[in-house]
Amino acid sequence: MMADLDPHQGDTALDGQFCSAMPAHLWRQQVLYLPAEPGWWSDRVLDHIQDNAQTHGLMKQLGLRCNVLHDPIHRLSTGERQRLALLRGLSQRPRVMLLDEPCAALDDTTTLLVEDMLHTKMTEGTIIILVSHDIEQASRMADQRCEIVHGHFSGTII
Amino acid sequence: MTPTLLTSGDLLLAGGMLCGCVALSLVLSLGIQKALVIAASRMVVQLVLAGSLLLLIFGRSSVWLTVAMLVFMLAAASYEVGTRQLVRLTPGWHFAIGGGSTVTGTVIVALIGLLTALQPHPWYQARIAIPMTGLLLGNVMNAVSLTMNTVLSTISRERSAIEARLTLGATRAEAMNFTIQQAIRTALIPTLNQMAAAGIITLPGIMTGQILAGMNPLEASKYQIVLMSLIVSGNMIGATLAAILTAARLSDTRGRLRMDHLAR
Repeated sequence: MMADLDPHQGDTALDGQFCSAMPAHLWRQQVLYLPAEPGWWSDRVLDHIQDNAQTHGLMKQLGLRCNVLHDPIHRLSTGERQRLALLRGLSQRPRVMLLDEPCAALDDTTTLLVEDMLHTKMTEGTIIILVSHDIEQASRMADQRCEIVHGHFSGTII
Repeated sequence: MTPTLLTSGDLLLAGGMLCGCVALSLVLSLGIQKALVIAASRMVVQLVLAGSLLLLIFGRSSVWLTVAMLVFMLAAASYEVGTRQLVRLTPGWHFAIGGGSTVTGTVIVALIGLLTALQPHPWYQARIAIPMTGLLLGNVMNAVSLTMNTVLSTISRERSAIEARLTLGATRAEAMNFTIQQAIRTALIPTLNQMAAAGIITLPGIMTGQILAGMNPLEASKYQIVLMSLIVSGNMIGATLAAILTAARLSDTRGRLRMDHLAR
């Protein structure tokens, strides 16, 4: 609903600007949703991500090997695809990121790399809303935390 | 010109060949004998009825009778165009988009043909208007049907790819542009093949018919050129409309994919 990808009731505002008051694609350029299983519109990584210094910097931070940009997507591991999708999203410079299990396919070390990078983005002013099954990740990442039990919010922990 | 008339013997021979096909299907256990028998019987009944009906209509030269016949043909095509897609929109929209695109494409080029190149007097003269509309209709129907099939199956298969573009801030037109182009291209391949092969690999149907019926081959090829151009244009209009409308129906003004608009 926050990325306006499903028909819904209610509305969301960012800095007083309501989602329903602006064209949907402009809203989504600011409020980026990253699903747990990212979609790809071609098998070439470079059709999705530009080959520039910024990309290489981020790849290094996320622990991605250099030649990942030149491999066909179907040959990459789930974890590599998930990090590339994060990278693709970040290159849009969104103001809000809605992350659905961004580290689901990652090992512990890489998870920490991703979290570090997300922390950097947060200090730069990006708002991150993250859904996770991992309580420890939640406590590492969250300024504000909500628990969902049996489909209902069970109170806020700050 | 003196048309070569067929005798009952010729028709019996044609029937015999169909029986041969059925026998072959049984021997090779192809399993198409039932479909063959049904399709062949439909063909015979439909063509005999059409021939008799046209004989009747040509004899009267009434504008209402001609128009009624055309409307019936358009309605039948509008139904037929939506029947063979594996993935479909909810029935109302499915047939409205299929039928609407087919009728629009056909009517535009048929009118252009009737009012400029062929100019029968009067323009609704059944002998020309009905077969020509039928020819165009059949072609546009194929193009629209292929287009819808491609758009619907591609979008349901590539859902996550299109959604990925949408989440990254693409408009629905940007996200589905490739699918639309692909569908129109697919729909036009048979026509392009037909045009490229015309005269070298095959003699097109109309030209063959006219030559068999005794027309001067060069005149027949001129006819074929005009008709082929009308067919391509009709297909292009129909396919473009169908692709855009189908893609639009599978999304909404907020740029969301609406898979709930597909029939279950």
